This record gives sequence, structure tokens and C-alpha cells, in this order.
Amino acid sequence: MTREMTGAKMVVQALKDQGVDTVFGYPGGAVLPIYDEVFLQNDIRHILVRHEQGAVHAAEGYARSTGKPGVVLVTSGPGATNAVTGLTDALMDSIPIVVLTGQVPTFMIGSDAFQEADTVGITRPCTKHNWLVKDTDRLSATIHEAFHVATAGRPGPVLVDIPKDVQFATGSYAGPKPTASHYQPPVKGDMEEITELVAAIEKAKRPVFYTGGGVINSGKAASQLLRELVEATGIPITSTLMGLGAYPASGQHWLGMLGMHGLYEANMAMHDCDLLINIGARFDDRITGRIDAFSPKSKKAHIDIDPSSINKVIKTDIPIVGDVAHVLEDILKVWKARGRKTDAEAIRKWQMQVAEWRKINCLAFTNSEKSIKPQYALQRLEALTKDHDRYITTEVGQHQMWAAQFLGFEDPNRWMTSGGLGTMGYGFPASIGVQMAHPEALVINVAGEASWLMNMQEMGTAVQYRLPVKQFILNNERLGMVRQWQELLHGERYSHSWSEALPDFVKLAEAFGAKGILCKDPADLDDAIMEMLNYDGPVIFDCLVEKHENCFPMIPSGKAHNEMLLGEAETQGVIDTKGSVLV
Amino acid sequence: MSALHIKKGATRHSAYNLRPTFSDVQERHTIAVLVENEPGVLARVIGLFSGRGYNIESLTVAEVDHTGHLSRITIVTTGTPQVIEQIKAQLGRIVPVHEVHDLTVEGASVERELAMLKVVNSGEKRVEALRLADIFRANVVDSTLNSFVFEITGAPDKIDAFADLMRPLGLSELARTGVAALLRGD
Repeated sequence: MTREMTGAKMVVQALKDQGVDTVFGYPGGAVLPIYDEVFLQNDIRHILVRHEQGAVHAAEGYARSTGKPGVVLVTSGPGATNAVTGLTDALMDSIPIVVLTGQVPTFMIGSDAFQEADTVGITRPCTKHNWLVKDTDRLSATIHEAFHVATAGRPGPVLVDIPKDVQFATGSYAGPKPTASHYQPPVKGDMEEITELVAAIEKAKRPVFYTGGGVINSGKAASQLLRELVEATGIPITSTLMGLGAYPASGQHWLGMLGMHGLYEANMAMHDCDLLINIGARFDDRITGRIDAFSPKSKKAHIDIDPSSINKVIKTDIPIVGDVAHVLEDILKVWKARGRKTDAEAIRKWQMQVAEWRKINCLAFTNSEKSIKPQYALQRLEALTKDHDRYITTEVGQHQMWAAQFLGFEDPNRWMTSGGLGTMGYGFPASIGVQMAHPEALVINVAGEASWLMNMQEMGTAVQYRLPVKQFILNNERLGMVRQWQELLHGERYSHSWSEALPDFVKLAEAFGAKGILCKDPADLDDAIMEMLNYDGPVIFDCLVEKHENCFPMIPSGKAHNEMLLGEAETQGVIDTKGSVLV
Repeated sequence: MSALHIKKGATRHSAYNLRPTFSDVQERHTIAVLVENEPGVLARVIGLFSGRGYNIESLTVAEVDHTGHLSRITIVTTGTPQVIEQIKAQLGRIVPVHEVHDLTVEGASVERELAMLKVVNSGEKRVEALRLADIFRANVVDSTLNSFVFEITGAPDKIDAFADLMRPLGLSELARTGVAALLRGD
């Protein structure tokens, strides 16, 4: 059924038809007609952010915590260019985002008009796909296609650029038609390869599951199937930063996160395994370490919905292209049909080996009564919040790694962090998006003071919409991870890795109309955290922590999984010049 | 075979050889890409090659199906087998890409390129140029008293050879279309 309406009205109608309930945005000249339509309706909530980058990160937080696409509405020119970091972040982490940008009228495109930018040109490499709509009659179909592309196959950000005259003009509106698109990536894996993988599982003596964000993106069913497979086979499981929560941290086969700052037992299991089953991860360089020494003894299976992920970095023996949930369902079906076989005796021995590695207690740290150790702060945060309906976002750096190590995630969609792009400033706006989607939940952004300052303007958003997001800032007055690398790699020359003029975070919170809490004594920490939790409103928690703490374990650049550093004593001269050119 | 409807879950049976082929040998492949004829689609393909550091030896593009709104891009590229597989997989991810065909591995194919060469000379050299053009079955499409424009079609190495011969005979300008290629047979 088609209906006549203006382009601006079509935008709102298309969003409603796509089931959108929340839009993060910022108005400007080129989107005024759409904002007018937003004003005239009550079905879609519009959240006014304070910077367009914040809008995209908030939409990412919304998307990652709900599994639904996040929606952003911004103006032309600077509105669009400010969204670029968020788009790139969403592309790297495969997060479904639909960004609608205003554009100067079609007859002014190319004339260097006020607030004109080549938005589709600028965002082409940082979106999964983008469109410039020059005809109002094409607008509704394009927006529906945008939602389809953002969510189908490997999810990602898309952008629809809408010139102002297209918003004003009248055209015919068409509702969503799921079959309209030629873009239909297959979801079912090849049964022959799946059978080969099952046969490998049956024979494996030291198998390990290496899971990633693809399990989360595939939906809750994927996590359920993964849990069933792990429990039934007893195969140890590790996960990337992106995949935390797909398998519960309290599960008996959980190895913890792997990779550069992953757990000793996880990395050792990866190095020594004889069957590596990658489910929805992409052999990122933070995971593999030195490629030629990566898991040298294993047969490798790789399940991914994106064919370009397979054999990109690591040679795969059993490639399976498909959606994680569909493939896991088939794996379980075949494995059960073939008699639920594993080499139980060998796997029991393998589990004992894992238990030996675990005894190293790689996350051990020297606590202090004088200063708050960041690890201790997170241990207390975990203890005091784990029974809450809790969502965690993070910024990027040492605190992010410590959060991944010390916080336990029992469910998917509870952990939102910038993995691929490593965007400082992600966590605070993301926490706003999460809280919008889950108004009753406890949403905590574990932050470093430097990252947090990058998008601190969103305090205005949190206060305006009464979003009780908790900003848990581990304040070491340093760019901690940069400082750590300068210590290890650059002769302790701390070039520009500290701030000499940090704000008083308590006063800052009060200036915005929020609550600020300062804590610097470990003895006060529990009470201070409880005060944060009990306050009904946004809180900036300024936790002054040990300034020179390093994040361990650590696989130095250019080293293999079994060459991890477990603590300060092992750090002398370990990274050679070849390793130091890597990031 | 479609890049986006990969048969049998894109395994060893598909156009994408997902079996590891990591080798250091540089190979030359001709890849045909059928794309939706929409604004920016060529920029997407070229941006992929520049953004990921792949080589383009030649690239041709034109609309081939007006009603179906499809253009065909023929790309000649070089890379290790792993890079070639990545190029095909990455092309397949581009939303308006309908099909990706590696003509180098899918069977025997024919490749042709058209070139125009301006040769400025006189006397004996002028006669020699005309004689060689005849041997290479190049046509004269423009002539003045001291110049020819030759048109030649053929495989790229034939054009290379002809251009090499024309250079000492006064080759002053060369325009090449890049390779167009089709699979042989039906």
C-alpha cells in the first residue's frame, strides 16, 4: 500500500514501521523538516545528545544491549563528519546502526554550500553501505533497505543521506518488504564441513572453543546453543573481548578472556590445543600475537558469516560460512545423531591441565592499604553489583582490560566495549544508549579519566533525561595504557601521557546537576560504591587509584601465546625492536 | 554462482576456495564483477582496492544490462593466492555487488583489450609502421601526412608487443581501454 506524504514524514513513518522506539540525534539546518515531524508525534523518543559522536556511540550501546539496530539522526556537514568515528567503531565491531543525515538541497550539491560535505563519499569506507536519496519516491524503500542491510549477514552501520528538498517534497510511501533486497547472505553452513568438524570434535584430545562477538550478534539462541554444546562436550571455552557473556563466567569450562591481556590459562590452552574451534571471532591481532607461532599444534575450524574473515589471517582447515546459531544447531544435531562421542578420557586430562594453569592465578596483584589498586576497585565493584540487573560499558585502555578480567558476565548483551577501533570516549555515550533501552537496569561505565573526558559533554544528556548512569572512573591521572607501553617500550620516557589539569570531578558532576563521589582510600571504597548504587540519578565516581599500576598478564607485541608476561618482574627487555613497531 | 548467494555455504565447492592457499607466489587474475549500476559503486570497488592495499593492473567498467541496471567491472589484479581469495571475498561483501567471477580459475577465458596509438613519423619509418600494423592487424583510423592513429585489439601482451615496436618508429601517444574478458564456451 502506498500513501502520499512528504519526505520528512516518510522518515518518521519508516522508522515507526521498522519498530524503532528511540532515536539519538542532534538537529541542524538540513534536517529541520524531519525534526518538525519528530515534534508532531509521540511514538518515537528522540534523545538529544551533546555531540554527534555521542549519538552514534549511544546508538551502539542501545544496539548491543538489545540486539536491535540503533538509530541516529543528524544534520549535514559537521553533523555527518562528527558521526564518522562512531560509524567506524560500529563497522569494526559489526554493530547494526542506521544513521540518517540531512544534506543540502539536491540543486546545491557540489556548490560548496553552507554545511555541505560529501557525506556518502566520506562515510563510504566506514559504513557497510550508504545511500544518497535524490528522489522522494525512493526514500521509504531506501530506509527499509538500510535497516535490512544493517542487520542482515554480518551486521554493520549504514547511512542514508537525505537532501533537504527531498524532505520537503511529496512522494509515495511504501512499507517494508523483507524480500525486496537482493542482499540475502546465507545463514546455513555447509553440512559436509559441519560433519567434518563434528568428526574432529569426536577425536580431539585437547580441543578449545574460541568464541567472539559473532555469537552475541547471532542472538540469544546462539548463546544458548553454545552453552549446550560446551556442557555436553566438556570442551574448555575462551572468548574475545567482544564475546564476553555468551558463555557464563561462572560456567565450569570457562577459561576467561584470551589475547594480549587475556588469562594465562586461556592463552596456554590456545597454544597447546589440538583442535581450535573459532566461533564468530576473526583472529584479530590482539588475539593471535605472533602469527607464525599462533596455536601451532592445532587443526583449525572457523565459523563466520562473513567469507572474507576466513583465511584472512590464519589458515583454516575446516571453514564454515554461516550464522552462528544456525551452524551450532546443525553441529549439535549431527553430533547427537552420531552418538554424542568425545574422547572423554583425553578431555578429562586436558581439563586437569587447564586446572594446573589456573593455579598460576594470573590475575593476582599486590593489594595496598594506602592506595586503591584499580584491580581491587573492580573486584569490589563486581562483588557489590553482580547480583544486580547489570550492564557494563567501558572506555578504552587499562581500565577496559581490567574490567574484562575482573568483571564476570553471565549473559550476552551485558558488556559494551569498543573492541576493534579502540575508541576512547565510547563508554559514556554508550552507557546512555544502554540505559535508554533498559531504564530499570544498573548501567555502569567503567572508565579512565582521560577517555571519559573525551565525551564528557554527554553529562548534559544524562541529566536531561534523568538517566541514572554510573560513571566509575578509575582515575590514575595518566593515559594508563600509553604510559605502560612507554615504560615497556620507550625507556620510561612518558611523552604526553598524563594530564596536569584534570577537573575536580565532584564539582564537575555538581555543575551538571548530577552527583559526584570522590574515593581515594581503600577502606572507604565499599561504602562509596554503595553510595553510588543507592543514588537515583547519574553519578560521577572519581576513584583515585594507584598511578603506575600495569595491566597483566600481557603478551608483548611480536610474541607468542606461551610467552606471556605475568607481572612486573618479567618485563625487562622482553620486547625487541621488531615487536616495538607493532601496535 | 553469485557472490552473495554462495552455494553450499561457501565451502570448497564454491567459487571461493576457502581452503588455505597461503603461498608467496604472485599470481595474475582477471576478475569479473557484476554490480548494480548505482552512483558510487565504482568508488566502492576502487576504494576497497586502495584501502586494503591490493593491486589494480587494469580496470574497465560499463553498463551491460540496461533493464537489469547492471554494470560489469573487469579487474586485472596481482597477488598471492591468499590475497586473491581475500579480494574476491571482500568484493562479495560490497552490497551492490551481485556476482564475482574469477575468470582465471573458473575455466578457459578470452581476454581482449583495445588500444589506440598515435605514431608521428615520415619516410621509411612511416612505411615500416604501416607494414607492422598490417602484420598485427591494426587498423588505421586517422591519418595525416606525417602521422597515423592505429587501432588494435588483442590480448594485453599483443598490445605491449605492438607498442614496443612502434616506440622507435615515432609512437607519441597511447590510449588503452584495459582488459575485457569472458569465459569460453556456454
